[in-house]
Amino acid sequence: MSHPANATEFLKDQAKAKWHDETLWFVRDKRDRISKTIPEWETLRELASQIKDHVLANLGSYLEDFERNALKNGIHIHWATDAEEHNQHVLRILQEKNCKAIVKSKSILTEECHLNPYLEKHGIEVVDTDLGERIVQFLNQPPSHIVLPAIHLKKGEISDLFHEKLQTEKGNHDPTYLTQAARIHLREKFLGAKVAITGVNFGIAETGEFVVCTNEGNADMGVHLADVHIACMGIEKILPRRKDLGVFLRLLARSATGQPITNYNSHFRSPARGKEIHIILVDNGRTAQLAREKFKNSLKCIRCGACMNTCPIYRRSGGFSYGSTVPGPIGSILSPGLDMKKHSTLPFASTLCGSCSDVCPVKINIHEQLYEWRQEITKTHGEFGKGLSMKLASGIFKSPLAYKISGSLMRSALKTLPDSLIYHPLNTWGKSRNLPETPKETFQQWYQKNRS
Amino acid sequence: MKSPSLTVALFIPCYVDQFYPNVGVATLELLEKLGCKVCYPSGQTCCGQPLANAGYERDTMGATRHFIQLFSGYDYVVAPSGSCVLHVKEHSPTVPGLEKEQAALHGKIFELTEFITDILQVDQLVGKFPHRVGYHASCHGQRGLRLASSSELNQTPFNKARKLLENLEGLDWVELGRTDECCGFGGTFAVTEEALSIRMGKDRLEDHQAHQTEIITGGDMSCIMHLEGIATRNGQKMKFMHVAEILNQAIS
Repeated sequence: MSHPANATEFLKDQAKAKWHDETLWFVRDKRDRISKTIPEWETLRELASQIKDHVLANLGSYLEDFERNALKNGIHIHWATDAEEHNQHVLRILQEKNCKAIVKSKSILTEECHLNPYLEKHGIEVVDTDLGERIVQFLNQPPSHIVLPAIHLKKGEISDLFHEKLQTEKGNHDPTYLTQAARIHLREKFLGAKVAITGVNFGIAETGEFVVCTNEGNADMGVHLADVHIACMGIEKILPRRKDLGVFLRLLARSATGQPITNYNSHFRSPARGKEIHIILVDNGRTAQLAREKFKNSLKCIRCGACMNTCPIYRRSGGFSYGSTVPGPIGSILSPGLDMKKHSTLPFASTLCGSCSDVCPVKINIHEQLYEWRQEITKTHGEFGKGLSMKLASGIFKSPLAYKISGSLMRSALKTLPDSLIYHPLNTWGKSRNLPETPKETFQQWYQKNRS
Repeated sequence: MKSPSLTVALFIPCYVDQFYPNVGVATLELLEKLGCKVCYPSGQTCCGQPLANAGYERDTMGATRHFIQLFSGYDYVVAPSGSCVLHVKEHSPTVPGLEKEQAALHGKIFELTEFITDILQVDQLVGKFPHRVGYHASCHGQRGLRLASSSELNQTPFNKARKLLENLEGLDWVELGRTDECCGFGGTFAVTEEALSIRMGKDRLEDHQAHQTEIITGGDMSCIMHLEGIATRNGQKMKFMHVAEILNQAIS
């Protein structure tokens, strides 16, 4: 389904759409307020942007540094060209350890690689331990937001779900009660898992360590109880030095949720005695994106989700409307690089308002890249490209925009045609909007009459 | 205030020409009242923005060449539209053979309010407009041309249109819930994502209504056309005026 069709569907439940918009606006507003308490906020953004640009320009050598230092620390390193190879690495490690049940903290990369269904197909139970992720996992849904995976659900829906899955009291919507039930449920899973999987927020080239940020402490809980820790990391997650974290951790928490700091910023450097750490470094289209001059800096993204919270489209159409692992503005510039045909409507799901670029903590020019993807998509004559040019020809040229071009002909037609013809069903502009009144003369005519 | 003896060429975007000639007239008269020598080069067409934003920038070469040839000879080019000015400056394709003229043009084309505050260096206008006015910041003017501070950025607040409007006698400036949220016009977006476009427009109107806006103004008639179209359809009683119309009326 295309984004417009999904958005139309989402907007049918007007009350819920309004609630969704206001909920995410609340998060954005919180981010606005806390970012303004940091006088050097814009300097931090600039620094972060420059550090990431530098990393992308020297990615190969930083990855080699990272690998060398991690190996020195006793960490196992695996490289994966694509999702399939990533999943195979994970499965092989699990099979070696004879492990049938794992816990996993939030990792958008494993969503991108569709790791859960792959492991389940091979008889392994996967439990997502982030509360929001566990909720959507119960529903067999993907996350609708990269930081707030279950933001599309209301308390009542979660209460009903927990009643069914965790036998909580029917009708008890109390968040503390429901969270407590989830904790008890997850505690069992933590205790039973020999292997824990986490994502990686930052990999430090100079030390070979990596940092995982969670608010719930679920990554730490899983890792500390398990014998083996598998960390799945996109190759763009590298930072040169540990001290660079001083820039990124400040930006990440404030941009993501408006908090001064994420609750747990855990550094993993070497395995405890008798335990193992594995890092899987994944490309999966990243080097292809790096080779695209106009789009490469989309790889600077630190997955804070601020562009989703600020996007007037995302807030009113929901994460699922994008049909891509990473939704929202950043997803709309990353996804076409993975499958342009499948994601061809996403760069058009924007008014190019530019709020995403202004909110981005690493200064990705998101809205400009949306514009550039449009230029690429129409070139390939994919389905949407054709559809759009058809629309331009048949729809827009009959709507107010078209009067720009068709001028006086349209103006005189508008004056003489009855409303029933002007507002016919093919005129999308006129479905819920009136056309402006047609003036008796154009500015050009006025000027010639009065000033020439 | 500076009084330039230089000539200002009016760039009247095509939809303003066709649907809002009064906005063109107000812009012309306002600039003249501020001491400018203004002319309107004939033969103006569309700058190409709708095509470019729809992904067909490459098809706007002809329109861009025409635009450069038409406006290159003037000291300044001024338009009552942030969106069209942004397109000319940032999204029109480079025209082979006219690179120098094109670069020069990008340095002398201005949106109306920025021309008045930055080039004419008008700090405040004396006039009267006893109405409660809500300002719609069009995104291309706001975040594209930086005509006002952006709520996302940590910067000293400013707004070039507000600077000109707020000192008018009797003008009551509306503080909105969301100062710079998009109205959902977005060019072809208004048609290709119709449901979202309408929802966004309705939400903007609700914000104005909740704050008792009497007149919604802005620097781009495209956003205003969209908002007015929804308001009219739904029987909302707000009035809509371009900033140029308010200023021209107020200082006469």
